[in-house]
Amino acid sequence: MRSNKKQGTRDAGASWFKVGAVLGLLFLHIPMAFIILYAFTTEDKSYEFPPPGLTLKWFAVAWERQAIWDAMLLSVKVASIASLTAMILGTLAAAAVSRSRFFGRESISLLLILPIALPGVVTGIALRSAFNIVDIPFSFWTIVIGHATFCVVVVYNNALARFRRTGASQIEASMDLGADGFQTFRHVILPNIATALLAGGMLAFALSFDEVIVTTFTAGQQTTLPIWMLSELVRPRQRPVTNVVAVVVIAVTFIPILMAYYLTRNTDTVAGGGK
Amino acid sequence: MSEALATTVTPGPSLTRRLSGFLYSHPHLLLSVLLLPPLLWLGIIYVGSLLALLAQSFFSIDEFSGMIVHEFTFNTYRQLFSPANMDIVVRTASMAATVTIGAALIGFPIAYYMARYATGKTKAFMYLAVMLPLWSSYLVRVYAWKLILSKEGIIGWAFEQVGASWLLEMILALPVIGGASLSVSYIGMFLVFLYIWLPFMILPIQAALERVPPSLLDASSDLGARPVTTFRKVILPLAFPGIVAGSIFTFSLTLGDYIIPGIIGSSRLFIGQAVYLHQGVAGNIPLAAAFSVVPIVIMAIYLSVAKRLGAFNAL
Repeated sequence: MRSNKKQGTRDAGASWFKVGAVLGLLFLHIPMAFIILYAFTTEDKSYEFPPPGLTLKWFAVAWERQAIWDAMLLSVKVASIASLTAMILGTLAAAAVSRSRFFGRESISLLLILPIALPGVVTGIALRSAFNIVDIPFSFWTIVIGHATFCVVVVYNNALARFRRTGASQIEASMDLGADGFQTFRHVILPNIATALLAGGMLAFALSFDEVIVTTFTAGQQTTLPIWMLSELVRPRQRPVTNVVAVVVIAVTFIPILMAYYLTRNTDTVAGGGK
Repeated sequence: MSEALATTVTPGPSLTRRLSGFLYSHPHLLLSVLLLPPLLWLGIIYVGSLLALLAQSFFSIDEFSGMIVHEFTFNTYRQLFSPANMDIVVRTASMAATVTIGAALIGFPIAYYMARYATGKTKAFMYLAVMLPLWSSYLVRVYAWKLILSKEGIIGWAFEQVGASWLLEMILALPVIGGASLSVSYIGMFLVFLYIWLPFMILPIQAALERVPPSLLDASSDLGARPVTTFRKVILPLAFPGIVAGSIFTFSLTLGDYIIPGIIGSSRLFIGQAVYLHQGVAGNIPLAAAFSVVPIVIMAIYLSVAKRLGAFNAL
């Protein structure tokens, strides 16, 4: 393509696509700037533009609110346990699928992908009615179960791509040199898949940390941070406080996503390509 | 590493060593051990729940007591096919289709530029720029549009600044898609859906375009095709499976969403909201279950068509 760049018509086409691409990317990113801007506005009853004045006081107000701290702590706890569970289950499934061919191998990918392929509302209501049927009260653990279910595929995808790249010869060499299966796993397989696992775990954490659709169905009285935000969106109290929390959520989810990207960027399959 | 190995290798087979040897000589057993936990989790918790939900759609609710009658009946499905409920289905499916078309139109230039022209740092930057919104908070991104679309927000302000408030009012006065302000109109809802699901359209198109070999384009131009012809006859057909793959996501995600129609747009229900309301306030689990079967069936049909169009090779 670049060898053709001398052609005038090609350049004209390229610049049109460039304009389209730049506009499209601006559309994807400018809205987030308003979240940040409105965290500093002095007006807390409406979303007046331009903001009549700028202040830092909402950060102090948010800092003082115990409800926000509780919600954040709960979200971090849920996301940690859900992504750890997903890392174990996802790695096991990826190891099995990458090692061997067996009956029903294709259906396993489908089974894993189903929780995010089907609309969240279906996953949510299915889990909720199942919990009701077997009389499990809604709690911290029902939220974790829901989150882990749709996080498995994220780890699985990352781990599977890495397993496929790791040659079977390394494992055979380790075995030939006298290591048993556990030692081979600990000293050969794990170092090879570690970054992919970590990347998958971080994406799962980000996914769980701001999940709201399934959570509304699987939470009882518990308020995770997204649930707190949703209730503020429906019935606003001090609007800029919601923005302050939104800014925190942006920061908390961006860091793991960026780290996952840098952990896997020099490999054939970059983390985050598919959700 | 060798030291660690030396300390763990003890004379005489240890228990772990015997276990691993046993598993190594029985690969099927090892496979089962690996597969059992994820299969149990997803098979029992997830598929079990889905089947239980499906079963409940064949129950019905007693109109007087409000209790669920545990007898096989098609009554709930009859209720689902009432004109009011079909309205909801058609409304949701139309929105999903419009969003999909919009996402394809806006997403294609980005994907095309990423795949064909961008190199090195630009490409990495663009990839991140598309991927970050995909993973960042859904709720925060919806909230951003509440700020933008509100009556006193930036869009109204911008129209006022250029003296075009009459234009905005004219757009809002349009039947069906208009409303009192952008945040309670279908136009606003369309914009938010478009914004939220756009990355899901860009990435599969980009993946499909990346796979078009440059030699094919050279061959086309060597045979005398002008760039426009090459684009239409070579690039677009090869990108099409990618567009279909992206449309699976945009269509399915719009179909099942219930947060966006609740926050932006008119008070008319979408499928997701109907599911939510029927299971929650109304306590009508059978009807909620029947409603949630609708997106599953629509997507099953959609996926079987998409498979024929070769979309799965582009995923």
